[in-house]
Amino acid sequence: MNGRFGIYGGQYIPETLMNAVIELEAAYEKFKHDKNFNDELTKLFNEYAGRPSLLYFAEKMTRDLGGAKIYLKREDLNHTGSHKINNVLGQALLAKKMGKTRLIAETGAGQHGVATATAAALFNMECVIFMGEEDTKRQALNVYRMKLLGAEVVPIKSGTATLKDAVSEAFREWTRRISDTHYCLGSVMGPHPFPTIVRDFQAVISKEIKTQILQKENRLPDYVIACVGGGSNAIGSFYNFLEDKSVKLIGCEAAGRGVETFETAATITTGRAGIFHGMKSYFCQDKFGGIAPVYSISAGLDYPGIGPEHAFLNDTGRAEYVPITDEEAVSAFEYLSKTEGIIPAIESAHAVAYAQKLAPTLPKDKIIVITISGRGDKDCASVAKYRGVDIDE
Amino acid sequence: MNKIQNAFAQGKAFIPFITCGYPNLETTAACVREMVKNGADLIELGIPFSDPTAEGVVIQEANLKALQGGVTTEKVFDFVKNLREEISVPMIFMTYANVVFGYGAEKFISTCAKIGIDGIILPDLPFEEKNEFLPLCRKYNVNLISMIAPTSENRIAKISSAAEGFLYIVSSLGVTGTRSEITTDLAPMIKIVRENTKIPCAIGFGISTPEQAKKMSTLADGVIVGSAIIKIISKYAENAAPFVGEFTKNIKDAIS
Repeated sequence: MNGRFGIYGGQYIPETLMNAVIELEAAYEKFKHDKNFNDELTKLFNEYAGRPSLLYFAEKMTRDLGGAKIYLKREDLNHTGSHKINNVLGQALLAKKMGKTRLIAETGAGQHGVATATAAALFNMECVIFMGEEDTKRQALNVYRMKLLGAEVVPIKSGTATLKDAVSEAFREWTRRISDTHYCLGSVMGPHPFPTIVRDFQAVISKEIKTQILQKENRLPDYVIACVGGGSNAIGSFYNFLEDKSVKLIGCEAAGRGVETFETAATITTGRAGIFHGMKSYFCQDKFGGIAPVYSISAGLDYPGIGPEHAFLNDTGRAEYVPITDEEAVSAFEYLSKTEGIIPAIESAHAVAYAQKLAPTLPKDKIIVITISGRGDKDCASVAKYRGVDIDE
Repeated sequence: MNKIQNAFAQGKAFIPFITCGYPNLETTAACVREMVKNGADLIELGIPFSDPTAEGVVIQEANLKALQGGVTTEKVFDFVKNLREEISVPMIFMTYANVVFGYGAEKFISTCAKIGIDGIILPDLPFEEKNEFLPLCRKYNVNLISMIAPTSENRIAKISSAAEGFLYIVSSLGVTGTRSEITTDLAPMIKIVRENTKIPCAIGFGISTPEQAKKMSTLADGVIVGSAIIKIISKYAENAAPFVGEFTKNIKDAIS
């Protein structure tokens, strides 16, 4: 591992944390090919998280859109309701092997926080979750879930009181307490080795898609579509197809109220290269390098940066990144619910929205795989509010 | 000997930190004048950043307020240019990598040289990443200051031997902010530093009282105080300068 994806990546962190990430890299290098470690992780994936997740042929949606065949990779069916558990089980197991007894993590929508709290409960580890105060209000149910699982939830008031500030605070906490603490970063971002470690643990998604689609269709898909905030479910969905050049990879970023407005979180579309949160990558920023406040209806995509490997895949043209607005995502959320009886996370609905546009333009022999990164129960209240319906959570 | 090292030539150096533009640039200028008048040997000027991840709440708040007040990198450059006409002690910038990168590294660093900035501290630029800016810093003769932390251990020797200007020793784990006690055993760290470099070293993070400053100055060549000064500015706002001057005098007297 060299920690770089082209010019992106790196380790832009305070000196205080350098030995911690070096130690983490060494541990990961030691265990990633270790048979016992991998057997243990596979067992957790299969018997605890419910893997492999289904690859479901969305027949009604396919018929309705009248073009390419659509398959859904059902990460929403995983234990805790999203793809986040893949990474968390991997990192928690690694932390345990490293002798760490305490997990800290940031969370936006609460999915990664819930997954981390779950792993901490399972592994008997102490757990502290940092969550923007705004998000603790938007996702009160997830706050309760984390507490129920034994975690302490720290609301962050600084900055915009959202995911970016939760990440900053988790880094600050890690500099305060390193020896017994592992920072279980939730996406393919931050300093090396996190983007690589998280990608490797999420790569199970594309590994399964490949096996499953070959079984069902005896060929590879033409498109793989996933939503991108930091980009962990997307990189997980793309990774095992990177060498299969016939497979087009599309990441859907949150345009919020539109990429022409300031209320957006579409990093590739509206941002530029920068250095923040330990990595060189694309960031939404002002002309002086100040990190821009971002907005999306989706708390999980409400982040001003993107993982460095995505920045690289964008620059090389291997993957394409498209913006999807709140309105498009909410419509897709409703569409998938009504058409297939599957309520996707509002994050995943961004990917569904793009597939809705793309599928009708393609012939019927093309195949699209959409990763449904999480379930949408958590979003019902905010979507209802968006539609002007007031419900109690 | 370069200009930064001159700051350490007359006994123990006192290095006060101030966030530029908190609460406004006029107050910053008045505070810097008072600092110099009362014995500050080197001034560390913070360029505010939206997300200062190495800072505790006190300096975070100062960054935010300064930005809300409309301070930008360009305004800080103009401010320093004017200040330089009356201030001769070395001045260095403390900010974050993206402030330099986002402005354009060469434009930023060449401007530093032009306006009389002698060095730059970037807490999110560790040894492994310093080549991001080091060639340009060398080209324009601006020192890129290296940091050593209590967790540096086996890294101290290589960081020290490559360090320029002075070496910033982080006293404690965690972020900036006043601490009632500094518990790190700094003497063994500084011993390794001394074995690997002749440049001076200064201790920062957590120092707020003359007693702490005195104790730290017995170990190192200088002490850095930030949050305690920002707290004074928070308390007295536009009228902070004389209080910052008095604080500077107390620290300088304690380490002299």
